[in-house]
Amino acid sequence: MNALPPDDFDTRKASLAAAGARPDHLMLAEMVEPGARVLDVGCGDGSLMALLRDLRDCDARGVELDRENVNKCLAKGLAVVQGDADTDLFDYPDDGFDYVILSQTIQATLRPRAVLEQMLRIGKCGIVSFHNFGYWRVRFELLLRGRMPITEQLPFSWYDTPNIHHCTMRDFVALCHEVGAVMERAVALDAGDRPVRLPLPWWVWNMIGRQGVFLLRRGEGQGGEG
Amino acid sequence: MTDTVSQPTPESTSGGPDGDFETLAALARVQVDTPSSHVMHFGEDEPIEMDCGASLSPWQIAYQTYGTLAPDRKNAILICHALTGDQHACNVHPVTEKPGWWRLFVGPGKAIDTDRYFVICANVLGGCMGTTGPASVNPATGKPYGVDFPLVTIRDMVRSQAMLLDKLGIDDLLCVVGGSMGGMQVLEWAALYPERVFSAMPIAAATRHSAQNIAFHEVGRQAVMADPGWASGRYLERGTRPRKGLAVARMAAHVTYLSEGALHQKFGRKLQSRAAPTFSFDADFQIESYLRYQGSTFVERFDANSYLYVTRAMDYFDLAAEYDGKLARAFRGTPTRFCVMSFTSDWLFPTKDSRAIVRALNAAAASVSFVEIESDKGHDAFLLDEPDMFSAAKGFIDAAARDRGVA
Repeated sequence: MNALPPDDFDTRKASLAAAGARPDHLMLAEMVEPGARVLDVGCGDGSLMALLRDLRDCDARGVELDRENVNKCLAKGLAVVQGDADTDLFDYPDDGFDYVILSQTIQATLRPRAVLEQMLRIGKCGIVSFHNFGYWRVRFELLLRGRMPITEQLPFSWYDTPNIHHCTMRDFVALCHEVGAVMERAVALDAGDRPVRLPLPWWVWNMIGRQGVFLLRRGEGQGGEG
Repeated sequence: MTDTVSQPTPESTSGGPDGDFETLAALARVQVDTPSSHVMHFGEDEPIEMDCGASLSPWQIAYQTYGTLAPDRKNAILICHALTGDQHACNVHPVTEKPGWWRLFVGPGKAIDTDRYFVICANVLGGCMGTTGPASVNPATGKPYGVDFPLVTIRDMVRSQAMLLDKLGIDDLLCVVGGSMGGMQVLEWAALYPERVFSAMPIAAATRHSAQNIAFHEVGRQAVMADPGWASGRYLERGTRPRKGLAVARMAAHVTYLSEGALHQKFGRKLQSRAAPTFSFDADFQIESYLRYQGSTFVERFDANSYLYVTRAMDYFDLAAEYDGKLARAFRGTPTRFCVMSFTSDWLFPTKDSRAIVRALNAAAASVSFVEIESDKGHDAFLLDEPDMFSAAKGFIDAAARDRGVA
């Protein structure tokens, strides 16, 4: 892994941000070591993979369910396998990647726990981001309107949503403990997708974080070869 | 593997004009030694060493090219044809006068854009459209090889194509692409000559022929060999031909290229130019009439022994076996980027076969993409108008060209 000179990184980052790179993607990309092998599960149109390639010189691969999105990835010159996180991760070898990323994917899987375990088997590290169901606006909707929340980020009705397993940041932390994942970093992103920098207790993060981003590492004696 | 995209109307079976067929057969016979395409000749001193141990010389390979080779030679794409295809991918066929078998996919402005890329397509070793095969004259005897021709493998076909490229001065390929048996050749190319293949696109293919597929091929071969006209493979000398046998082989194979849904949609139980069943063994149903037509036209353009040899090559194909049974070893350290494609209704080369390719490539840490195209057309979908296949292929190839610096 050959690190870029810092000024080069900053220049690239600025130009990619100016070209419309999503702030949460930039945040994820900064968590990844330069030159790493990355598997992006639920990679969508490949914009995060392209960012990892252009900003971090990563060898990025994707898994995506939707064929339209697969075609968009192909046209960007990205390697993407049309497939399903719930069934196809079993096909990947142990320790095949430095990082496995689930960027707003885990809530759409049938078995989030199994997917998380597969992620930690395939990747030396895992990065998970999701919309925090503990966010104050979500709570507000449920509390005052008594209806399942429909927001800009979660625009679906309860009966017609790909997002079948919502959780709060605290729920996710509990799952990490359950599968023995070590949390290297946890970041809450505010409504502008900027990291909340203040040192606050968990229950506050769980209120003000619209999105949670977690950098995980496999625990001792768990999965993989080492 | 169907002859054309716009398939002929079924009623053309009844009492086909034998005179026309004989003319076609004569035209096809001429193509064996003097094809209406480019031919590269290899002399006595340039044998091709085959997997069966034979060293074949002299020999020749017939090929077509489309587009223009760039001065830096970086824009060459090799197309590998399927079982009954040939080098005439997107020009009018010299025997049948039908448009090329992949004209929807390859041509000016198509997914493989011949305005940008230089496309090469060669007839396979063992074929009957100008590349040396069992219908070619054996220089040692002055008679057609017949069943004395050495058994051909997919790897032999790929070696012959590599020898052609050597002579053409093309060191490496922007992409190798093919469907079905063509996809097998693509996989073999990537395994055998990884440094010559920048990108590879195997479509509706597998790394080995399944027991079911071998079974269908065997039914076809037995039909050919059971025809007295086959004359133990020496029919060209005897002046007979196993027309019935080869037609039955083609009919059986043709069903495997379609899907139940496609057959139902196209024919259902519709009757052929009659109001009621005739209580006979005439072709009462349109599907019967259609298959009989497919069989009868095929035998006029295709050599029966070639059919035996090329089906056998597919049966023998097992890429993992060439690498100690470990498929991933075939691709270890490969610099090639892959795009694997399958079709939902293809039961001859089903999606699970393509997924096995993807799994092996992943295990070898290769750069691999996979797309499953929704289609009700069965295995033949790769030859047909499938816009999703076209757009996926175009994205993949154009991105490869961009990353390779093709102008």
